[in-house]
Amino acid sequence: MISQPASLFIVVFTAINIVACLWLMWWTARTRVAPSSHEQSAESAGKTGHVWDGDLEELNNPLPRWWLGLFIITIVFGAGYLTFYPGMGNFAGTSKWSSVGAYEEQVARQRAVFEEKLATLKDSSLKELANNGSAMATAKNLFGANCAGCHGSDARGAKGFPNLTDKDWLWGGDEQRVLETIEQGRHGIMPALGSALGEQGVKEVASYVVSLSGGNAPADWVAAGQQRFAMLCVGCHGVDAKGNAMLGAPNLTDNVWLHGGDFDTVRATITNGRDNQMPAHKELLGDTKVKLLAAYVLSLSEPEMHVAN
Amino acid sequence: MSANVLPASAAIPVADTEARATYNDKVVRQFAIMTVVWGIVGMAVGAFIAAQLLWPALNFDIPWLTYSRLRPLHTNAVIFAFGGSALFATSYYIVQRTCHARLFCDRLASFTFWGWQAVIVAAAITLPLGITQSKEYAELEWPIDLLIAIVWVSYGVVFFGTIVKRKVKHIYVANWFFAAYIITIAVLHIVNNIAIPVSPTKSYIVYSGVVDAMVQWWYGHNAVGFFLTAGFLGMMYYVVPKQVGKPIYSYRLSIVHFWALISIYMWAGPHHLHYTSLPDWAQSLGMVFSLILLAPSWGGMINGLMTMSGAWHRLRTDPIMKFLVVSLSFYGMSTFEGPMMSIKTVNALSHYTDWTIGHVHSGALGWVAFISIAAMYQMIPRLFGKQQMWSSKLMDAHFWIATIGIVLYVTSMWIAGVMQGLMWRAVNADGTLTYTFVEALKATYPYYAVRLLGGLMFLSGMFLMAYNVWRTVRDTQPVDAPVLAPATSH
Repeated sequence: MISQPASLFIVVFTAINIVACLWLMWWTARTRVAPSSHEQSAESAGKTGHVWDGDLEELNNPLPRWWLGLFIITIVFGAGYLTFYPGMGNFAGTSKWSSVGAYEEQVARQRAVFEEKLATLKDSSLKELANNGSAMATAKNLFGANCAGCHGSDARGAKGFPNLTDKDWLWGGDEQRVLETIEQGRHGIMPALGSALGEQGVKEVASYVVSLSGGNAPADWVAAGQQRFAMLCVGCHGVDAKGNAMLGAPNLTDNVWLHGGDFDTVRATITNGRDNQMPAHKELLGDTKVKLLAAYVLSLSEPEMHVAN
Repeated sequence: MSANVLPASAAIPVADTEARATYNDKVVRQFAIMTVVWGIVGMAVGAFIAAQLLWPALNFDIPWLTYSRLRPLHTNAVIFAFGGSALFATSYYIVQRTCHARLFCDRLASFTFWGWQAVIVAAAITLPLGITQSKEYAELEWPIDLLIAIVWVSYGVVFFGTIVKRKVKHIYVANWFFAAYIITIAVLHIVNNIAIPVSPTKSYIVYSGVVDAMVQWWYGHNAVGFFLTAGFLGMMYYVVPKQVGKPIYSYRLSIVHFWALISIYMWAGPHHLHYTSLPDWAQSLGMVFSLILLAPSWGGMINGLMTMSGAWHRLRTDPIMKFLVVSLSFYGMSTFEGPMMSIKTVNALSHYTDWTIGHVHSGALGWVAFISIAAMYQMIPRLFGKQQMWSSKLMDAHFWIATIGIVLYVTSMWIAGVMQGLMWRAVNADGTLTYTFVEALKATYPYYAVRLLGGLMFLSGMFLMAYNVWRTVRDTQPVDAPVLAPATSH
């Protein structure tokens, strides 16, 4: 709600502008150029008598009737619209329509359709859902609307966004962990170690990390890097560098890379750290949709999901 | 040496100098030539970013070639550099001839030329560098905004100074529109850009939230209304009657549509903010006034087309007439389309789609560019002491290639826009969305290709124009036309 004087201001100015247009039509329709008299030549008949730049002149034809009609129709429509709908300041309009109300009504209608479908699925296990064709069709569309923006419509991810179709899971791939990931989101942080390791230290650790999945690196740097890795990195990535799903610390030995596994990218990752977030979806989607998505995601990479119950 | 070798002028008595006064056509020539130059630059950037939509790799991973930075460069270059130069050139040309007086203050007029060019160059440097206020059509940062304000106020002084000097009582209708455009753009620009600078390249706008959005689109839509509509209507009101040699169809129609247009346009901005957090009353008023705007907008089209009526046979021989007819037709079409798109339920489909892009370009290419091209083809030869352009055939070729280009551009964007709107809202029986965003994008690709083709055709027309202009002016001496004495017969 706006203040009463502001509301009045809007109403008055709206009315003035519209009435002024109507008055203008009436006024210009009224004034007529004197009909051509004897002194005037036939050629100058109907002209206003103004001349500019040698030959610029004006006729004064009446306003086209169809055009006047169009003008008046739009004004009548406008007046009607402002009677039914909000527009004139605080006057809510006789239809009591509001955009928030219209939005809520549409969402409620859509939700009702959805709830009907979801009600039949809410007690199913993830396995059952994965084997229910119509449920997976719904889940695929939910994925498209909610997940594809980062993970891609084929769920193969992109740089910085994990591929969901392989069997490599940052935060664990059992049913409970996947549900948790979708419901609560995840926040994976790799701290920046550039200043702790120094430039040479970073190169050494990067060499060791690259070598873990079969990449080429100078042997002396790999050896020195292993020493440093044992001091700084094992806390999260583990002694065997196979990662820790409880922390979202990736396995560094499998040649699956979230940000890239070439030497320069690994060096940048170690120097500057990484900060990755998966947003929480429990509040947004509700339990059943989250279950549908978990079942869908698991069905992409875990063939055992499809074993009939 | 005898006295009769002296230039003839030396012998003319002082009292006659007034009769010998000339129009200040130098500044007009400068702006006219830059209209062609900036047209090519702005449209070339447009074609390049249209190609980027098809082949994103065309940004070569170079920050200042990214779509996000070049898109505002394109809009600023075509609206303010190309359109702006055309408006400066024609308003200066027309106000002198319809006031029968030389421009007020040559030095200030010269300053508006160099100042405006400086603004354009500054925009061309800062926008690719990513220096921006992030307000659409008002991206330029505060130091450039200040320069714009100074140049624009000087423009007003030159224009209104000339109006004051006029030798005829009545002010010609073209000048009403130029006057409204100059005053309103000054107000819009200054109010929308009030900001607190924190460094030479960064400032914060004083408005926040939905108020900022409303101020921005009050500015944004009236930039369309006053810069791209009223200004170019001023141009039309001179170019059309001059080209066909007939009087304006209806004086009283020009009165009604002028006052209705400028008063109603002011309200239309909120239709850019339908279904947002802008209060419902403001959205409704924006829609209602946008609809009422239809008839006042069409008043200009009627006056233009009816002025040409009776001279249609000249379409066979006069390419400028063709540009004028198509220009007024696109004007009528896009000023019909605009009110329709402002209806909330239509807007729910069209908003954020390429339909908007199609609508804008039917106005920008069809109306604004075509009327400017016609004006340049009419004025440039006269400014250089010639009767007509070097080649009528080239003008004709320009007309056809540009017209086909617009049709391809606009229709492909219409189809793409409606398709996107329908795909985004499509819902399955189970309540889920039918398409992902990227599917709608993928479906748009063929239309992006057609749009690029249309844009390239329009751009090649501009190259034909540039060549034709160059051949017209290359061996000429610029001529300042003598000030014409007002007609005395009436």
